[in-house]
Amino acid sequence: MPVLVIAEHDHASLRSATLHAITAALQMGAGAQSEVHVLVAGHNAGGAAQAAAGVAGVAKVLHADAAHLAMPTAENVAAVALSVLPGAYTHVLAGATGFGKNILPRIAARLDVAQISEITSVVSPDTFVRPIYAGNAFATVQSKDPVKVVTVRSTAFDAAAATGGSGTIEAIVVPADTGHAVVIGQELSQSERPELTSARIVIAGGRGLGSGENFRMLEALADKLNAAIGASRAAVDAGYVPNDYQVGQTGKIVAPDLYIAIGISGAIQHLAGMKDSKVIVAINKDAEAPIFQIADYGLVGDLFVLIPELTAALG
Amino acid sequence: MKILVPIKRVVDYNVKVRVRPDGTGVDTANVKMSMNPFDEIAVEEAVRLKEKGIATEIVAVTCGTAASQETLRTALALGADRAILVESDVELQPLAVAKLLAAVAGKEHPQLVILGKQAIDDDANQTGQMLAALLDWPQAAFASKLDIAGGGATVKREVDGGLETIQLKLPAIVTADLRLNEPRYATLPNIMKAKKKPLETTNPAALGVDVAPRLTTLSVVEPPKRKGGGRVADVAELVAKLRNEAKVIS
Repeated sequence: MPVLVIAEHDHASLRSATLHAITAALQMGAGAQSEVHVLVAGHNAGGAAQAAAGVAGVAKVLHADAAHLAMPTAENVAAVALSVLPGAYTHVLAGATGFGKNILPRIAARLDVAQISEITSVVSPDTFVRPIYAGNAFATVQSKDPVKVVTVRSTAFDAAAATGGSGTIEAIVVPADTGHAVVIGQELSQSERPELTSARIVIAGGRGLGSGENFRMLEALADKLNAAIGASRAAVDAGYVPNDYQVGQTGKIVAPDLYIAIGISGAIQHLAGMKDSKVIVAINKDAEAPIFQIADYGLVGDLFVLIPELTAALG
Repeated sequence: MKILVPIKRVVDYNVKVRVRPDGTGVDTANVKMSMNPFDEIAVEEAVRLKEKGIATEIVAVTCGTAASQETLRTALALGADRAILVESDVELQPLAVAKLLAAVAGKEHPQLVILGKQAIDDDANQTGQMLAALLDWPQAAFASKLDIAGGGATVKREVDGGLETIQLKLPAIVTADLRLNEPRYATLPNIMKAKKKPLETTNPAALGVDVAPRLTTLSVVEPPKRKGGGRVADVAELVAKLRNEAKVIS
């Protein structure tokens, strides 16, 4: 039986989390009969369906199109998935993003199976590794349920190649709107910068920046390095930057080639979101800050002097 | 309006957990335990709704060992009116907890259930959404603002790209994110008063729920140690190291 991946998309294209989930899905298939299918639930989402069909390793795309899926609720996406799942799939996956975390537990509960959250490795089709306690321990768990419902940590799996696939696209019947909830507005951050979870370089600021205005100092540095900008919880709570900047246990998980932590002390909850970065730089005036214990290159000093200096040095 | 607030007793967020040498789990003996921080936010939100005259009664509920009574007393000290302990010595996984909570909701008939989005021990982030599915109620996960009016709820939720606002019918499930509110501290007089508030104990069998674990933990290990602690003297050395040693910038 095949494996189903629930696509995260903006109707025109796929989000990168889906490509990482497809890689995990390809590792779960047991035997040659096992295929990877992708569910695209949206409205006028032909672009996303085409993109999914083109991903290497995808055999089939299930395309659900309905007006009530234009700004989809968890209830309605789960209803579409549940209309195709019973008896037809061994695994259901999505990225461990706000999207996947919202929807998959609904599906698992309806199927009366456990969910395995945020896996970092596939040991076998029924056994997975996942972090617990903010990544301070890793558990290997086995599920004996008939269907495995799994969310996938993007940083632990390579992205599947976006091209080279030749999946078929099948339109499916969409269940009626559940009427439970309706999306009435969105306030999304607009940015020309690389996306935080897939950027090669991330510059992150903390409470040490002192204000939203000071936080903008990081922009010139990010421009020089073509970096994404992130933040600690403290900086978000203080209102320096919006919530979608937050890196950590319950925010975004990143693992760039280079992570530069500026004015961040390094609470374990923050480290949980970035300690798999290849190279970590910490800049902080407190020489005892815990962030230095995991940094490859620690620089103790006043960030208000060092950041302009660093920005200029990268000239 | 009655609000049900499910809470969980977890290892305190300040404790750095240790993996047991035999790899069977993490060491929770003689470790400080507290209410899951996201559940504190849920309790606070319920208390604020009561202070505004929107909620009439707040019922705190937890599923776990007898020691979880302590966590319920904390919720009572923060403003919950009464508490329910679903006592079990079995490891309770999110699906089992969601089923127990659905059974409690079936008896209590709350109009709103507010709980933390995630417990900081298993980091599962499942229970609220599962409960919503089992009850077939609307869900607003990762809430950062909640307004109740006219038999419905308007919730601002934290999503990957920013914020999303949804309207839901009641009864509904709301899971609390970090910025929903800043929880208060329990005052000494309220801690004393909490000792006299009603705390009822039940169990999975009485609620007719099979709580057998579905997932078997085969092993628990520590993450690979990161070799950190390197220092540079100044910006020039940092840039040189990033270019020539780490080779992460050009």
